[in-house]
Amino acid sequence: MFDGGKIITGLIIFLIIITFPVWYNAVNGQAGERPEIEIATKDTPGKNECVLPADVMRTDHMDLVMQWRDEVVRHDDRTFKTENGREFTKSLTHTCLDCHSNKDAFCDQCHNYVGVDPYCWDCHIVPQDFEKGVK
Amino acid sequence: MGVDRRKFVKIAGAAALGLTAAPPIKLFSSETEEKADTSLCNTATDSCVCKPPEVDPVEQGLKKDPTRWAMVVNLGECRKHEDCKDCILACHETHNVPDFPKKKDEVKWIWKEQFSHAFHEVENEFGDEELNHSPALLLCNHCDNPPCVKVCPTQATWKREQDGIVMMDWHRCIGCRYCLAACPYGSRSFNYRDPRPHIKEINTDFPTRMRGVVEKCTFCDERLAEGKLPACVDACKYGCLTFGDLEDADSKVRELLHSHFTIRRKPGLGTQPEVFYIV
Repeated sequence: MFDGGKIITGLIIFLIIITFPVWYNAVNGQAGERPEIEIATKDTPGKNECVLPADVMRTDHMDLVMQWRDEVVRHDDRTFKTENGREFTKSLTHTCLDCHSNKDAFCDQCHNYVGVDPYCWDCHIVPQDFEKGVK
Repeated sequence: MGVDRRKFVKIAGAAALGLTAAPPIKLFSSETEEKADTSLCNTATDSCVCKPPEVDPVEQGLKKDPTRWAMVVNLGECRKHEDCKDCILACHETHNVPDFPKKKDEVKWIWKEQFSHAFHEVENEFGDEELNHSPALLLCNHCDNPPCVKVCPTQATWKREQDGIVMMDWHRCIGCRYCLAACPYGSRSFNYRDPRPHIKEINTDFPTRMRGVVEKCTFCDERLAEGKLPACVDACKYGCLTFGDLEDADSKVRELLHSHFTIRRKPGLGTQPEVFYIV
């Protein structure tokens, strides 16, 4: 092989650069880091339970929110009944954020970690941001 | 030694034939793949948020007795209070309607326009000068035959079957502005710019819109759902605005339509507006 040394050196440099994110995090000690979410709940008696079991919410909350959106906007169907018969208004900014009132420490933690940027907040308002005076 | 060219072409031909064979075999195979889309379901807990909801249309109010919301505007009374903007302010504050400094960016749900401009087909050159120059209160007419709905490519605007409201789904609007062109009443506005910085005081109970979305009056569907009257009707201290159900023979709107001569904007177009004016 002509110029074998140069080629192999080049390949090694290439591999180091392309795997930069992996070893950089490993060196920094961030490799195993997981988002730490704070489940902020308001002390509302009888409402300390989510509309669906936590593991379902963890995996499917985005579908639930989309489903609520379509039912409310397109079918004027605004009430959600849980399996044990409790009723909730289908509202992201009220029902969801009423309990999970800390969007920064709850929603954003995972969303930032997995690199998703939900466009809900382009229009929907986080009431707590206004209470805090942040616009 | 290896594959010669002749053999290579043969194998390539056979392989190509093999590739084309797959679709017909699939077509005639007895096994029909009718797998339900379970990708979104959580099999572990055996619950699925994506399954269609069991909605009783009657119970949910989707198919209650037909309702046809309408509004009667008493222009005679409204005209006396030319500077009053209570209804406009109430509406625009409730719905986070932005107030852009430049007229060309204007977004409006309910507004005042000179009578002779709004009702040019009944305008009379030698008619009552005062009437012609008086302001008329305008808003979305919630037409029975809405041209904006016909042109919307995404059904972001549609006529609600149960009560005739011409609704807007801002999630679905792609900002093509066909509806702006189709609406003969100028009831629709486009957000050419990000509206948020131009909203004086944000009402946290209602979303804002984003840049590139069309908006208009929705007869306060969110308030009607709570059993409230539209914000403009509530705000008018002179009682110029009457809101009610045309299907209900005893409603106030029917009574007014019976006892007064009313006009509608551009009736010749056949859009059948649901906003009536007592002149």
